[in-house]
Amino acid sequence: MALSTSSAITLNINGEKHALPVDHRTTLLDALRERLDLTGTKKGCDQGQCGACTVLIDGRRAVSCLQLAVAAEGREITTIEGVADGETLHPVQQAFLDLDGYQCGYCTPGQICSALAVIEEHAAGWPSAASADVRPEAGVPPLTPEEIRERMSGNLCRCGAYVSIVEAVARAAAVHEAGSAQGIGTQGIETPGLEAGAAGSVGTEGAA
Amino acid sequence: MTTTTTETTAVRGAVGTAHTRVEGLAKVTGAARYAGEIPFAELAHGWLVVSTIARGRIRSVEAEPVLAMPGVLAVLHHGNAPRVDTDYVGMLGAPDPTCAVFQHDRVPSMGWPVALVVAETSEEARAAAEALVVHYDQEPHDIDFAGGHPDAYPLDGHLPAVAEKGDLEAELTASAVVLDAEYTTPEEHHNPMEPHAATARWDGGRLEVVDSNQGATWVVGELAKLFSLDPSAVRVRSEHVGGGFGSKGLRAHQVAAVMAATVLQRPVRVVLTRRQMFSLAGYRSPTSQRVRLGADPDGRLRALEHRALSLTSTVHEFIEPSAAVARVMYDADAHHTANTVVRLDVPTPTFMRAPGEAPGSFALEAALDELAEKCGIDPIELRLRNEPEKGPVSGLPFSTRNLRACFEEGARRFGWADRDPRPGLRREGRWLLGTGTAAASFGAGAAPSTAVLTAEADGTFTVRIAAADIGTGARTALTLVAADALEVAPDRVRVRIGDSDFGPAMIAGGSMGTRSWSWAVMAAAKELRERLALGADVPPEGITVRSDTTEAIGALAQKERHSFGAQFAEVAVDVTTGEVRVRRMLGVFAAGRIVNPLTARNQFVGGMIWGISMALHEEAVRDRASGGHVGADLAGYHVATHADVPLVEADWVDDPDPDDPVGIKGIGEIGIVGAAAAVANAVWHATGVRHRHLPIRPDRVLRAGTGRGSVGERDAGHRR
Repeated sequence: MALSTSSAITLNINGEKHALPVDHRTTLLDALRERLDLTGTKKGCDQGQCGACTVLIDGRRAVSCLQLAVAAEGREITTIEGVADGETLHPVQQAFLDLDGYQCGYCTPGQICSALAVIEEHAAGWPSAASADVRPEAGVPPLTPEEIRERMSGNLCRCGAYVSIVEAVARAAAVHEAGSAQGIGTQGIETPGLEAGAAGSVGTEGAA
Repeated sequence: MTTTTTETTAVRGAVGTAHTRVEGLAKVTGAARYAGEIPFAELAHGWLVVSTIARGRIRSVEAEPVLAMPGVLAVLHHGNAPRVDTDYVGMLGAPDPTCAVFQHDRVPSMGWPVALVVAETSEEARAAAEALVVHYDQEPHDIDFAGGHPDAYPLDGHLPAVAEKGDLEAELTASAVVLDAEYTTPEEHHNPMEPHAATARWDGGRLEVVDSNQGATWVVGELAKLFSLDPSAVRVRSEHVGGGFGSKGLRAHQVAAVMAATVLQRPVRVVLTRRQMFSLAGYRSPTSQRVRLGADPDGRLRALEHRALSLTSTVHEFIEPSAAVARVMYDADAHHTANTVVRLDVPTPTFMRAPGEAPGSFALEAALDELAEKCGIDPIELRLRNEPEKGPVSGLPFSTRNLRACFEEGARRFGWADRDPRPGLRREGRWLLGTGTAAASFGAGAAPSTAVLTAEADGTFTVRIAAADIGTGARTALTLVAADALEVAPDRVRVRIGDSDFGPAMIAGGSMGTRSWSWAVMAAAKELRERLALGADVPPEGITVRSDTTEAIGALAQKERHSFGAQFAEVAVDVTTGEVRVRRMLGVFAAGRIVNPLTARNQFVGGMIWGISMALHEEAVRDRASGGHVGADLAGYHVATHADVPLVEADWVDDPDPDDPVGIKGIGEIGIVGAAAAVANAVWHATGVRHRHLPIRPDRVLRAGTGRGSVGERDAGHRR
């Protein structure tokens, strides 16, 4: 029997199930963009170097260009189209809009998806290369601009909107923190397994 | 959605107040569709195949085996592709033959397009393109760029090649202080985040191309001429553009897509890969520059010579006019500037953000800093002592020149007065600290454009103009300009751009887009208001007027028209690793009336970040043996990332252009000018070593060490 080069799969994207046959070579990125008309996820380099295609897979950020669609079956995928709550923007989106955290907008969906994960990763106690003290007992480092820059560095912005992106992430993180303090999380993003102890075994750059 | 962050009820005064982008909601929700994202029924996917040799001829293209692969529809190459006409002069001159794909068997550079494989899916097209065997007859190539090349010749580009006044050698001899230094900048690539993409189709006898470009008028004109079509038979749309920086004009992908759509009679999309962009999207030539300055003891310039060499391909002439910036910046009794070029077996370079000014200001402004050191004069004071009253070479008056105000405001905010000018003194752990400054200028121009303005029956207004918003905020700026001109709130104005059917307009380039388009919008608004003032009832189809600024712009008096700026940088240099980190940066600009402070600040800062990136990171490296790049991707070609960019601040002084209806000068490019020099000058201040070769890589810093010496005097022009 000849080996099949395609499969019928079901992708769970933004809470909706999409059944589709895919060429085994099809990346998750191309499945989103070319098969499902979810073009909000961008292709900047197609080789995992720019971050424009960042999505959340089971709550963790990943570059969808380095993920085969067939391997994404059964995972919970969140793309930029699933970040807002209906007509209400997510605080991260609102901050990018209000603070002009972009120029051409092409890296923006990836920056926003990455920012969602950064805020969750930080809240869960993950350290970064910018953290002065990474011992577990040191606790969560404050999400300083240096921390944000380090954690967002997998997402290139050639227009150079970095300054306002960092401001936007900081503002959204403050909203998230205020929400958490009141016992209400920001909507949408589940982050299973994001605990301080997991930091050593999971990279922060998804599929890097 | 437009939200006004200052006043929401203002009827006048939108220009000058901060407004979020009108397309912002679409951009943050992923709803904004870029060129490769517009769906078409029956779409086929084209994948370019590029040469693997740097010079020679195509002996054969083995298409048959590939045509038998699943889903493959066609293989276009020089043996079967439609012929195109390249004997014309387009909006920006004669076409680069690189774009006229598959017309002959010659290969003049590595990465030259040799075939297009078209298939039903992108996976099939890619697999077939990778499987396509092309046989070549290879010839020896020459890609060796170095200063003093014997085949270099002067070339007029968008600026004249040569300008000379005075006796240079005599003035140098009479100078108390002389500086003679060579500077180099490497090959640099635009790398917009959105790769070039186009979909072409025939629609009822009309060619339609959905593209990512900096000017629909530009591309529609080129395609009409190439394919010998009436311009009215071609439509180019480009609604959202993911960055351009000079790289998004006519390129191979549009032409290949049109050819395939013509042959197959179905829509065909061609998207460049990131790697292909390094050979097909244009780039900034490397430069080798020599600056000689002669001054009196008080720093007044007697002699200024700036000679710049860049490269171009063997098929098309393009020059990076790095030496021209001195013609604006500083006067001297003898003033010689020359731009020369050498033809090598490389792809054709093109306009890249501040072409000429970016590399030229690095050399000139670093040289000024060296001269200040030699004269024992503060570098800002040195510049102010050499402020010209009129154009140093042209003798024409400046429209406005507020460089002094930029330096005064910048120095105050940056804390320049407290600076100890001596280098290599400030240490913080393993870091040496230093600060630097540089001046900036960029031409302020306008070009003829047309706009269509409609008063709708519901009381709103629609602007249609073939403008391009490549991230500049032009769409929003035009909304504000139109709102003020019509005396209505911005939310009653809808601006539609990026469609050649709206009539001819300037490209997003030369920092001239928003100014040129605003002028046309102002002219249309004036006429429309006159029509409405006559009490005309607005019929259901609205009242539409069209403007054309050709005559008004042609009537502008000849003047030196430029924006100016002062750049400041503080760096820390790790003496153990050679790493240079920018700690803060400030730019103060005199760049005309600022239409939207929110987006303008972002754009200035973005340009300054390009300067950081140019100073420290960017460098495309070619392998002499193959003639191709080493690491032609975003891992091999470094651009500044989040972690490289500190708090960068930009601000401006009042500087409306007196001859522009809105007062605009244009701000797209000046942010990068002088920025790399400010960083390099700060590295000297930190370490005591002059780095005259960009980028200032850790290995260069380590090799140079610290102390009073200069990298470049020993082995200028060679890659180390």
